Amino acid sequence: MNETAGVTLTRKDFESDQEVRWCPGCGDYSILAALQSVFPEIGMQPHDTVFVSGIGCAARLPYYMNTYGVHSIHGRAPALATGVAMTQPDLHVWVIGGDGDMLSIGGNHLIHALRRNVNIKILMFNNQIYGLTKGQYSPTSEQGKVTKSTPFGSIDHPFNPISVAIGSEASFVARTHDMDRKHMMETFRRAHEHRGAAFVEVYQNCNVFNDGAFDAILKKDARPDMLIPLRHGEPIRFGADGAHGVAVNRFGEPYVCEVADVGEDGLLIHDEHRPDPTLAFSLSRLSTGPHMPTPIGVFRDVDRPVYEVEVAAQVDAAVERQGPGDLAAVLASGPTWTVP
Amino acid sequence: MSIETPAVATKGDAAKLDRVVIRFAGDSGDGMQLVGDRFTELSAAFGNDLATLPNYPAEIRAPAGTVAGVSSFQVHISDHDIVTPGDGPNVLVAMNPAALKANLSDLSPGSTVIVNVDGFGERDLDKAGYLDNPLHDGSLAAFTVYEVPMTSITIEATRDLQVKPRVAERSKNFFALGLICWMYTRPVKPIVEWIEAKYAKKEQVREANLAAFRAGRNFGETAELFDHPYEVEPASLPPGTYTNIVGNAAVAYGLIAGAQQAKLQMVYASYPITPASDILHELSKHKNFGVRTMQAEDEIAAAAIAVGAAFSGALAVTGTSGPGLDLKAEAIGLAVSLELPMVIVDVQRAGPSTGMPTKTEQTDLLLALYGRHGESPVPVVAATSSSDCFAAAFEAVRLAVKYRTPVILLTDGYLANGAEPWRLPDLSALPDISVPFATEANHDNGFWPYLRDPTTLARPWAIPGTPGLMHRIGGIEKEDGSGNISYQPENHERMVHLRQAKVDGIAADIPGVELDHQDGAELLVIGWGSTWGAIKAGVRRVRAGGEAVAHAHLRHLNPFPADLGDVLARYPKVLCPEMNLGQLAMLLRGRYLVDVRSYTKVRGVPFRAAEMEARMLEEIRR
Repeated sequence: MNETAGVTLTRKDFESDQEVRWCPGCGDYSILAALQSVFPEIGMQPHDTVFVSGIGCAARLPYYMNTYGVHSIHGRAPALATGVAMTQPDLHVWVIGGDGDMLSIGGNHLIHALRRNVNIKILMFNNQIYGLTKGQYSPTSEQGKVTKSTPFGSIDHPFNPISVAIGSEASFVARTHDMDRKHMMETFRRAHEHRGAAFVEVYQNCNVFNDGAFDAILKKDARPDMLIPLRHGEPIRFGADGAHGVAVNRFGEPYVCEVADVGEDGLLIHDEHRPDPTLAFSLSRLSTGPHMPTPIGVFRDVDRPVYEVEVAAQVDAAVERQGPGDLAAVLASGPTWTVP
Repeated sequence: MSIETPAVATKGDAAKLDRVVIRFAGDSGDGMQLVGDRFTELSAAFGNDLATLPNYPAEIRAPAGTVAGVSSFQVHISDHDIVTPGDGPNVLVAMNPAALKANLSDLSPGSTVIVNVDGFGERDLDKAGYLDNPLHDGSLAAFTVYEVPMTSITIEATRDLQVKPRVAERSKNFFALGLICWMYTRPVKPIVEWIEAKYAKKEQVREANLAAFRAGRNFGETAELFDHPYEVEPASLPPGTYTNIVGNAAVAYGLIAGAQQAKLQMVYASYPITPASDILHELSKHKNFGVRTMQAEDEIAAAAIAVGAAFSGALAVTGTSGPGLDLKAEAIGLAVSLELPMVIVDVQRAGPSTGMPTKTEQTDLLLALYGRHGESPVPVVAATSSSDCFAAAFEAVRLAVKYRTPVILLTDGYLANGAEPWRLPDLSALPDISVPFATEANHDNGFWPYLRDPTTLARPWAIPGTPGLMHRIGGIEKEDGSGNISYQPENHERMVHLRQAKVDGIAADIPGVELDHQDGAELLVIGWGSTWGAIKAGVRRVRAGGEAVAHAHLRHLNPFPADLGDVLARYPKVLCPEMNLGQLAMLLRGRYLVDVRSYTKVRGVPFRAAEMEARMLEEIRR
């Protein structure tokens, strides 16, 4: 437990006085609870934490955290959070958004925040649907999805968010889901400990507009055979009795295998810290959607210079080099003349 | 002293002029902006008053030799206070037929044309669309034409330097500069020193440019084409130290001064766009002021980054031009709702859409005032001249910080790139414009982010990192005081009125109308922004002709000065010149029920003094 001035912080310290207004049964509740539970454990302080969100159901989360918060405009949260981090690099900045917010209207800001490695923790609640606007298909909806805006089925090919993040040079990429509080807390802790941008995809059930989208992999009895836990330094295996695993073929591509076929030594050892992102990217391609064995956990965690630290370093270096700014001297630095 | 044409008084070898307008014109690869800049710096240091008008295509290398590819730089130098870059040039330097063709219509009869006759080959004439050589067909009879073989003399002058022919040929702009420097008795040394420093590491280019520059001067002195040189003596400007400044640099310095006086760290987020990029370039050089500049992924991000910076306690600024302001609208609306300080610089250019990126216009006034959904009032401040961009930027910062509101600062392409002498301000006289951050609970041991200051109606600025003041705000309507989400009808109406009243209240915190009245004047000419110089020059001409006219110029476009209605009511006739289709005129008519007459020009170039004079006289005689 975290202690400040003799006061032990608890989950309660991170709960705001606002009534939580998601639909009953929404997966967002458990994500909020996981955040509020893990924050005291990882030493967060309400006053130096900022939650930034865009628009959507997920984006209401900042109102429920007793921290600083901005509920901004659709898609722009990663950019707004970049401004927060640049101004006060010591703050803990968390960005909350859904799949539409992050990958559709805000796709550009997401990829650039990840590329710059701004020290912000981006939680993307993926429910594969537009909830707040009442049920249109999203950029992660499966092809053929029938919604109000696609009565004959969506013809769009969906994004794989983990692939997008890795392709955007993200230094930390993970996946968790709303049915497993412990896994969420652990993943959020890891995101917090990472220096730089962290992208966490949270599979989240929208019980009103896309209920059961993840049932095939997240139902309690389905999980052992359908979730592939990634653990650093360990061979990747899954299944109730660990019968399945992931090996790499002669092209260097991971594939799901039977341990009996390849032997324990034939399994891929997961390495979060591999500088080259190719293997992590390939792991993200193991599953094309929540209907087949799907990796969860930390795909990638590498060290890279942090954007706002570099920004501040350039400022400091300029002061060191030129001394603190003297505007009068700058104004007179070009050719001048005096009129008596 | 004539105002129409430069007055000449013979004095020994050199004839005295009170002012002259010179335009260097050539292909966009000919280095016309460079020599224009040099001549400007030289004249500024010499003590002339001056104003400049660069004009170039948006394409970096438009098709060579064509009229579309012509780049020009006009500079007006004088021995007295001037306010515009001049109407047409008295002297046109044309490096090729296209440059001649593109600029000829701006010349008055009697003007001087100096052409690089080497550039008038058959192919060159063809590319410019000339069927006959204008040098031979009598079409230039109204002008004094000097045919100077600039290219061949430059190549001849650099023969012994062993430079590549291409390098030699490219130095011909310095030949032209040398010739003009001789004609107007400019000192040699500063140019030589500049060339030596600029090309210190490029020996061939340095030597070729020096040789070309000297050859140009020598040509003027020895060729018997020119009777005598001219002198334009230093202007008697108010005492002080002067430098030459362009608007974009003045904006950058004004923002830095604002940040210092507000005791805030500046975050400047911007996306490259003509003609605003130079603000980002300038600020990026001054990180030792604590300025954090960032080139965002797009215009929207730049505005959103600024909102985040403002929330966190920075002086947040984003700069752009019209197309970018379109994109920033949503984030500016968010800042209106969050009531956070932020400055948005719009360097206006000709629109709609991409329009003419390098050409000037004042067409974003209504966009700045009303270009957002909902009732979304924003203070709008405009700069009147290149150097005034400093004071205008400072004022924008002051209002933003004091009232916790986004403020739009309007400049334009003409101010951004035009240069003029600037008497360096006394920085120690700038007011302290800082406001305290909130540090303590303000309501029932809690913190209410929308509990306002009763005078300014500004809300407290509590920045992250402050213990005990955690709060959540957003773009959803907020309850008056607590800032909690509210959909209550009465509350929404109250908040709409409060946001409007906060901006309207600024009228009590700004000076009255800047009015240049003249006894007997029945006509008031009212303008805003960069038309200041042209209106001023027009007013001077009208008055010199014995007629009376008054001039008001608006720094604040929202809110208007409190006495504006009274001022307008004093004059039977009101004329409003604008580089748009009458946007301010419409606002004034709507607000004050005054029969304002609109005078518009949308050609991508500023008004001319002569145009202003003619229109004012027309109104006076109406």
